[in-house]
Amino acid sequence: MTIKLIRDHGQHYRPRMACLKKVEALVIEMQDPKSGVKSFEQKRNATSIPHVIAGQDITAWITSHMTVDAQEAQALGTMLVAYGFIYPLQDPKTLILRPDGSLYRCQTPYFWPAQKWKAQDTDYAIYLAKRNIRKKGILDQYEQERYRKLHKWLNHKWDFIVNQAKEQTRAGKARMKSDRVVFSYQERAYWIVHRPPPQTHSAMDYGVDRLIDPNAEEVKGEAYTLIWCRVPSVLLIVLLSCSSSLVKHTMTYQSHDPFLTPCLPSNPWQTDDDTYWALNMPDVDLPTKMTVERWSYGFYELLRDPRGRADFRLFLKKEFSGENLAFWEAAEELKWGAASAISEKAETIFKTFLAPGAPCWINIDGRTMGLTVKGLQHPHRHVLDAAQNHIFMLMKKDTFYRYLKSPVYKDIQKKAISPAPHNFTDAQLEQNARNRKPGLYPSVTWQRQQKEKVRTTTLIDIKKLMANKLDRQ
Amino acid sequence: MCDHTFVAITFGPCDSCTLNKPLMNIYLQNEPVNYCSLCVEMMACQGLTQGENLASLKAESEGLKLRLEEERAKLHDVELHQAAEKVEPLGQLVTKARRSLKGHGNKVLCTDWCRDKRRLVSSSQVTEHAVTMPCTWVMACAYAPSGCAIACGGLDNKCSVYPLSLDKNENLSAKKKSVAMHTNYLSACSFTNSDMQILTSSGDGTCALWDVESGQLLQSFHGHSADVLSLDLAPSETGNTFVSGGCDKKANVWDMRSGQNIQSFETHESDINSVKYYPSGDAFATGSDDATCRLYDLRADREVAIYSKESIIFGASSVDFSISGRLLFAGYNDYTINVWDVLKGTRVSILFGHENRVSTVRVSPDGTAFCSGSWDHTLRVRTGRYLSLSDTHTHTHTHTHSLT
Repeated sequence: MTIKLIRDHGQHYRPRMACLKKVEALVIEMQDPKSGVKSFEQKRNATSIPHVIAGQDITAWITSHMTVDAQEAQALGTMLVAYGFIYPLQDPKTLILRPDGSLYRCQTPYFWPAQKWKAQDTDYAIYLAKRNIRKKGILDQYEQERYRKLHKWLNHKWDFIVNQAKEQTRAGKARMKSDRVVFSYQERAYWIVHRPPPQTHSAMDYGVDRLIDPNAEEVKGEAYTLIWCRVPSVLLIVLLSCSSSLVKHTMTYQSHDPFLTPCLPSNPWQTDDDTYWALNMPDVDLPTKMTVERWSYGFYELLRDPRGRADFRLFLKKEFSGENLAFWEAAEELKWGAASAISEKAETIFKTFLAPGAPCWINIDGRTMGLTVKGLQHPHRHVLDAAQNHIFMLMKKDTFYRYLKSPVYKDIQKKAISPAPHNFTDAQLEQNARNRKPGLYPSVTWQRQQKEKVRTTTLIDIKKLMANKLDRQ
Repeated sequence: MCDHTFVAITFGPCDSCTLNKPLMNIYLQNEPVNYCSLCVEMMACQGLTQGENLASLKAESEGLKLRLEEERAKLHDVELHQAAEKVEPLGQLVTKARRSLKGHGNKVLCTDWCRDKRRLVSSSQVTEHAVTMPCTWVMACAYAPSGCAIACGGLDNKCSVYPLSLDKNENLSAKKKSVAMHTNYLSACSFTNSDMQILTSSGDGTCALWDVESGQLLQSFHGHSADVLSLDLAPSETGNTFVSGGCDKKANVWDMRSGQNIQSFETHESDINSVKYYPSGDAFATGSDDATCRLYDLRADREVAIYSKESIIFGASSVDFSISGRLLFAGYNDYTINVWDVLKGTRVSILFGHENRVSTVRVSPDGTAFCSGSWDHTLRVRTGRYLSLSDTHTHTHTHTHSLT
C-alpha cells in the first residue's frame, strides 16, 4: 500500500548534512582512550555500565581541545546530545548537556544519525512492539498513541513486525545482562532523537526536502561546466587592489555604522526614543550632519537618499540643468515599473526629453540619441539604458563635484543638525518604553512622497519653460 | 543437434568505461562494440567520439577548472586580512536583545525589514504574519520598497503579493495576487527597486523575474544544477545584477537584462544556504552547510576570505552585513549567531539565546539593529556596540576569547 501525499512536489531527497562527518570525527576523538574524555564504570541496579562519562568532563575536554570558552563548549556539547551522538543516562528525554556530574555515554556508531536514510516507521514499530512485549504498560502516553497509529498504517505488515519484535527479544535474552541493558539505553536514545516526544524538537529536523539528489553523480553538471569552461573567459586587468577598496569602503562608513559608533542622539531600539528616525525621515527639513557627510561619499549615495536627491535637485534648479536628473528618474521609473505602462511612459519621455525642441531636452551625443530614438519605436524595459548611463556618468563626473563645491551644499552643511547624545536616566527610559508608539504606516508616507514628487516635477517643467522662453527672447 | 544461435555478450566489461555492466551490442562506424547503457546515452546525447567517455570528460573538466584557478591566481592581489592590517581590531561586543517577538505559533522561516526601518514581515511554517496561506511552509517573504505590499511563497510553488492596508481587520487573503509560478518550491523572493517587479528563486533550479501587475515572466535564469536556495540584488548604481546560491555549491552572478550567468564561484564544500551583497556591491558573502561563510570579490573574481572556526561545525543558514560592511552576522543551525570581523577574518562574538535553529538574520535598513528569526517560534531584535580596544582593557574581566 503506497500512501501518496496530496502535495507531492517531487522533492524526496534529504539535504546534505556536512556537519555529520565532522561530528563523527569529533566523537571518535572523544572516545580515544588516551587523549579523549575519561570514562568510568557506573553501577546501576546490580549491573555495571562501562564507558560512562560525566557532563563536566565533556565540557572540559571540548574547552581544551577546541580552545573555546565554557559557554560555547556547553552549547557544542548540547548539539552533540541533540543529534544523538552522546546520550544522557539520567534524564533521557531532555537532550541537553549539563556541565555537572550528570552521566552520559557515547552512542554506538550503529545508531549514529545518517544523512542517506531516514529512521523508518517499520523499525520504530518494531521497537515499540518490543517494549510492549517486554512489559505491558511501559509505553508512555504519546508512544501508545503512535503505536496505535502505526498499527493502523502498517497493518499489512503487522505480523512481520510482531515476529521481528519477538525474535529480537529472544536474541537479546541470549546476551549478557549488562550488554542488554546498554543496548536498551542506546536504542531508547536513538528513538528519542528521531521520534521526539511531544513539545520537544528533533535536531534531525532539517526542514524541506530537496528536489535534486545531493548524493547523485552530477553527470549533467559536468557537461555544463565543460561547455562553460571552454568559452574563453574575459580576464580583466585589475589595476586597483580589490582588497584595499573593500577596506577603504568599510573604514569610510565606520562612523555611520550604529554597531561601531553610537548613533546620535540615541539608538531608538535602545532608548525607545524616536528622534533618530524622525531626524532621518526623507521629507525632513534639515538633515543631520552625518547624513550630509554621507552624501559626499559617492554620487549614488546622494541619489539614493531622498533628502539628498531633493537637495541635488535644488542645486540643479539653480543651474537650470534639472532635465538630466528628471530624465534619469523617468528612465528608472520605466525600467522598474509595470510592463503595461512601458509604451505610455516611453512616449512621454520621448516627448519631454528626447524629441527635437522638447521642453527638457537632454544633451547626449548623436550616436546614443540615434540608438535610443530607434529603440523607442519598439519600447522595452531597457530601451533607455544607454542614454540613462550616459546621463548618469555625466552627472557623476561633472555635476556632482560642482554640487559639492556649490553654495547649496555648503549651506546645508552649515545648517545641518548635530544632535547631542541623549542621556536618559532609568526612570526616563521606563517612561519612553511605556510611550512607545508604532510609526506612521508606510503607505501613508508613500502617498505623501508621491504627491511631493508630482509637485516638484511639474514645478521644474514650468520654470524651465519660462527660462527657455526668456532665453529665446 | 543444436542450432547455431547468435552469441552475443550481454554482461561484462563495457568497452568504454570498463565497468562490469549489462551491455548493449551496437555498431559504431561499422564496428560492433559493446557499450553499457550509460555510455550509449552519453554518446548519443553529447556526441562523444570514440575514446571519450564519462571518465575522460570528467578529467578534462577538472583540468580546465585547474587552469581557470591558475589564471585567477595570476590576478592575485593582496589578501584581505593583509590589506586590513592597519585597521584597528574590534573589542568586546556589548549586546542586548531589545525585543522578543513571540507571535508565531511555529517555526520562523524568513523575515524582511520594511524601508521605514521599524517594521518587519516574517513568515513561518504554517501561518504567515496575519495572513493564512494555504500551504505548510512559507519559506520566502519580502517587503515592498514602498511598504505597501508584501510578497511571500513556499511549498505552493507560487509567489503571491498581498497589498497591505491600514484597516487591521481587513481580510488580506482576499486581495492576494499570484505572481510567480515555478515547478517546485519557492526558496527566496525579493522586490527590485520598485513594487512592480519581483525576483524569485526556486527549488527547480531556476530564478525568475516577474512583472507584478500582469504576472508575466520577464526573464528566467538557468544555470544551477540543483535547488537554488537564496538570492540577493546588487545595491550598486547600475542595479542590474543579482547573485544566487544553491545546493550545487555554486554562487552565480546574473545579469538581469540578458539572463546570462556572468560569474560563478564554486569553492564551498556543501550547499550554499544564503548569499548577501557587501554594502558597496563589489563583493558578496555566502553562508553554507559546510559551516563556513566566505567572501567573494566580484572584480578580483575569486574568494577573498573564509570565516570558519574548528568549533563551528553546524551549517550557517543566513548571513547579513552591517551598514559599513565591517561586521558579518551569521545564524547557524547550532542555535547560535556568530559575528565575524569581515576584514580581519576573525570571529568577534558568539550570541546565544535561541532554543532552535536560527533560520534568518537580517540587519535593519539603517543598521541600528538586527533581527534573528528561529525555529523556536521567536524573533529577537538585538542592538550592540563594539567597545574600542582601549575601553576593553580597563575592565577587569576582559573576554579574550572574542579576539580569537
